[in-house]
Amino acid sequence: MNSFKLPPTGLRFEKIDKRYGGLYALRRVTFEIAPGECVVLAGRNGSGKTTLLRVASQIVRPTAGKLSFPGRDTAATGGNGLHGRPGYVAHTTMVYDELTAEENLVFFAKLQNVEQPVERAGELLREVGLIDRRTSPVRTFSRGMRQRIAIARALIHRPSVLLFDEPATGLDPTGIAWLANSLRELNKAGCTIVMSLHGESEISTLATRAVRLDAGAVVDDTNSGASLRSILNFGVA
Amino acid sequence: MATLFANSATLLGKELRTEFRSRELLTTTIVFVLMVVVLFSFTFDPSTAESRRFGPGLLWLAFLFAASLMLQPCFLREQNNDTLSSLRLAVSDPFAIFLAKVGANTLFLLVTELLMLPIFAVLYNVPVLPELPWLIVVLFLGSLGISVAGTALSAISAQARMRELLLPLLLLPLLTPVLVASTEVTVGLMDREPSVQWKGIGFLVVFDLVFLTALWLFGEYLLEE
Repeated sequence: MNSFKLPPTGLRFEKIDKRYGGLYALRRVTFEIAPGECVVLAGRNGSGKTTLLRVASQIVRPTAGKLSFPGRDTAATGGNGLHGRPGYVAHTTMVYDELTAEENLVFFAKLQNVEQPVERAGELLREVGLIDRRTSPVRTFSRGMRQRIAIARALIHRPSVLLFDEPATGLDPTGIAWLANSLRELNKAGCTIVMSLHGESEISTLATRAVRLDAGAVVDDTNSGASLRSILNFGVA
Repeated sequence: MATLFANSATLLGKELRTEFRSRELLTTTIVFVLMVVVLFSFTFDPSTAESRRFGPGLLWLAFLFAASLMLQPCFLREQNNDTLSSLRLAVSDPFAIFLAKVGANTLFLLVTELLMLPIFAVLYNVPVLPELPWLIVVLFLGSLGISVAGTALSAISAQARMRELLLPLLLLPLLTPVLVASTEVTVGLMDREPSVQWKGIGFLVVFDLVFLTALWLFGEYLLEE
């Protein structure tokens, strides 16, 4: 699904704070994710998972602290670091409803200087099972299909770090199985994966580590099987 | 710099494709300006001399109000699916996003103005053909000024609570100098003895350059959450 040209990249959060007015969305978040790890972020609604993923994707600038990507080789990516940027799948599709699936992917491929953008778009559309609908506007897609095109967009520049905010949303059991399989392949290829999840699922079985957030702070961090399951189910490890 | 222009061209292509597919902005803008020009003509039935004097001001006011309608969805549309975030992730320089939007808005305004010019000439009995090249220059400079300032304010207002009210409230006072300069130059061009008001043209060039530079320097901060 993602033929890597880049060395695996990790993520390091150092004393990250994010404040919206007087409200702290993240408080002194400090932890490191090794290259190739598959980490699940767990926690109740409003615990800071989405904000942390948006900070990691570099869409949101932290109020304080430092985010770095150990192992990222910007020189090997033409110096602009775009290919080193994480791929991010959010709650929304982050694609244009008026454009077709193919137009969306080619558009984002061109913006990120992907070589042979049309071929790359076709390759991903085949991977996500939307090749037959490549000329259909995204607005005509079902929720599950929209999620697939969102995932394809995030993978278009062959990122070495992938961030998923509740990736199973809208997917049927077949879709969830497809996503779990795709993530497994990506992870095996050396891709670092960070995803927020609610509860156990086929996708959560891929996790090698779980980090639990509460009120914007890291309250638990484990890689042992039983504790990991407990964290995913919001229990105390 | 090459990447900036390549990204801007790709983004401009997307702006034009989505607009020509939906035709939302162009249709609204053209219909609005047409209504103002026609209604004013029927209500006041101005003489040729009055038209030469007041017509350009009316025309630019109509363009300005139409632009405030057109600029409103400029960044609001990017919030529907959080596409602004995906754009920010994809481009190496956020100025490319602004450059493309300014280009698209200027083009849409120019299309509207060029379509309205013959209708204005017929309804108000003011010849526009003799000074058409200069009219196109002032229409371009005025539209660029409106688009540059309007696109920046659209980015700001899209994140505010009272966004529908905020944009016109910020835009109209800021663009008063552009309105005055554009009107003065157009009055000179539509006069019985046409003349080019260099002072007005110079002001429009400076306004456009200053706002484009400000957008280039500070645009990144306007897109932040």
